[in-house]
Amino acid sequence: MHIISVLVNNHPGVLSRVVGLFSRRGYNIESLAVGTTEREDISRITLTVLGDDYTVTQIIRQLNKLVDVIKVQNIGKRDNVSRELLLVKVGYDSNTRNDIMHIVETFRGRVIDISLDSLIIEMTGDPEKIEAFLNLINKFDVKELVRTGLISLERGNKTLKEYEGEL
Amino acid sequence: MKLKGAQVVIEVLKEMGVDNVFGIPGGAVIPIYDALYDSDIRHILATHEQMAAHMADGYARATGKVGVCIATSGPGATNLVTGIANAYMDSVPVVAITGQVPTYLIGKDAFQEVDITGITMPITKHNFVVKSPEKLADTLREAFAIAKSGRPGPVLVDIPKDIQNAEIEYERKGEIEYKNGIKEIISEESLSKAVELILESKKPVIFAGGGVIWGEACGELLEFAEKTNIPVATSLMGLGCFPGDHPLSLGLIGMHGSRFANLAVYHSDLVIAVGTRFSDRVAGKAGGLAPKAKFIHIDIDAAEIGKNVEVDVGIVGKIKKVLKLLADRVPSMERREWLEEVEELRVKHGLRYKKDDMLRPQWIVEKIQELSNDDLIIATEVGQNQMWAAQFYKFKKPRTFVTSGGLGAMGFGLPASIGAQVGRPDKRVVNIAGDGSLRMNIHALETAAFYNIPVIIVLLNNQALGMVRQWQYLFNEKRFSQTDLNPHLNFAKIASDFGVEGIRVTTKEDFEKAFKKAYSEKKPFMIECIIDKDEMVLPFIPAGGTVEDTIA
Repeated sequence: MHIISVLVNNHPGVLSRVVGLFSRRGYNIESLAVGTTEREDISRITLTVLGDDYTVTQIIRQLNKLVDVIKVQNIGKRDNVSRELLLVKVGYDSNTRNDIMHIVETFRGRVIDISLDSLIIEMTGDPEKIEAFLNLINKFDVKELVRTGLISLERGNKTLKEYEGEL
Repeated sequence: MKLKGAQVVIEVLKEMGVDNVFGIPGGAVIPIYDALYDSDIRHILATHEQMAAHMADGYARATGKVGVCIATSGPGATNLVTGIANAYMDSVPVVAITGQVPTYLIGKDAFQEVDITGITMPITKHNFVVKSPEKLADTLREAFAIAKSGRPGPVLVDIPKDIQNAEIEYERKGEIEYKNGIKEIISEESLSKAVELILESKKPVIFAGGGVIWGEACGELLEFAEKTNIPVATSLMGLGCFPGDHPLSLGLIGMHGSRFANLAVYHSDLVIAVGTRFSDRVAGKAGGLAPKAKFIHIDIDAAEIGKNVEVDVGIVGKIKKVLKLLADRVPSMERREWLEEVEELRVKHGLRYKKDDMLRPQWIVEKIQELSNDDLIIATEVGQNQMWAAQFYKFKKPRTFVTSGGLGAMGFGLPASIGAQVGRPDKRVVNIAGDGSLRMNIHALETAAFYNIPVIIVLLNNQALGMVRQWQYLFNEKRFSQTDLNPHLNFAKIASDFGVEGIRVTTKEDFEKAFKKAYSEKKPFMIECIIDKDEMVLPFIPAGGTVEDTIA
């Protein structure tokens, strides 16, 4: 999986330029996260995509051509920390409750809402952890599930805006 | 100085050196047209906004400057779409200015409202909606800067009517630089790898595209080719970037390139591609263009390197600069053996057609060149007419060929020839047309007549959609589905009714006479040539094939 980080001008319509590029050139987006950065005039879009080297190279070069794109990097190629947030509403009864709580504790998740027959779990982690948790929790009565999409930063001092063009 | 928004639009156009604009007024651009009324900028009134866009496109191709078109909101804007897409596919700098409903009505499905920035997002280099008056001037300046920087392309600026009417503080600034335009990646390593490949190669070819023309690198290309004695093939967009009568010229390659040029590239061991995107009309089957060759690819657009053809060396930069860098690093070379082999191919597999008494399209194209003093710009429609023009006219200078390459938009030729003629009054523009294409935008004749724009339309009338018919002949057992056109249309008479002198000819002698007359008079003219329906564009490499599949 490739993690593409894109710094863009925080204008209306920029997201649709980025997403439109993906759809018209036939690239698939696995997940997408958009938010503000340390500067309010710049947003950061994190995309995870599946594809061979050719496709990812094309994605990066085509993104680089968009006027509102400031920087693009395949963070997945670098030493990075990546996190995703998941909320899941699970139905429970007296038989399953303890098992669910046990799993949540083991994965260092949190129960953030509870009602008579269902609870909402919050879980953050890297993709492997999230997948492992989902494999277990899916054995229970999952009623609703939502994920934020991955966000990612490169380890160490270097920041995205410092990268120069490369072929 | 305080000005109305619409006046600011005109002032910025003047800052950018715009002398001609093409368009049609409408409700949402009335303020702009009011400001235009007092200005020195010449406005050419089109009969349909698609033509205004094609005119701006033709103007840009012929002059190298940014073409400008104006349309109103809604249908005016949507009518521009084909023209904008055409400019995008061929990397032509056009700024399209559209009116928009007032900002307070945007999103309310107002009368003649359309989300034109949404619609044109995939077919513009960039586009803008101006939502605050103080941003109007800089947005327009940026639009021009983006349109012509790096790999050129169309930019659309959508201006709501209330912004056009707003009072704005205006200050003259002039052209600005677009900072993000060019990201060159030229390493010493890639240059020396390229030099190494050139030195090793026994059978190199240069494959030059439209980027050489837009990058103003024709002189550098000639110098590099002559120093290294490497033959030069071109794409359709590249025609004119290298003198067609030069001994090193191979001419057009690709689907309808000569068999000789395609063979030379096919047998080469090194392809130096310059300012071209390896369109499928050239590249054909994957890996089939030059199966034994290594590839060096030089382009201003990094995304083109390795997109359609895998390359050994990619250099991203201004072609002018890169060719100079390479020429400085290679010694003069002779390459006698390879050039002899190429000459043999030229003699054996050059372009040919039947030379008899019939009025044939290939002969007409050659005759046009012969009867003029090399002062022509050739525009074409799309289809057989376009390919015959590309094959049989020897383009010697850049910006003398105006044709719809990537989009292949029928109806392009007539309005584009008008735009080219407006931009280059010192030249004579000949639109080599087919009847199928010409009828799509034939009402542009009105514009030519009204402004006395002296384009010569040489209509190759085969009373058919000839290119599609040719495919049906070859691949669909001659089942001519919807390609035989109304034979009763008299184009010369239609031209006359629009106010353009029209002559219908059926013989070589009459054509010669008619062309001499048209060429000697400074007014628009149409010569309708009746040609054989079954005439084909040959040779022909079927889509996805290689030179080995050539139908000759």
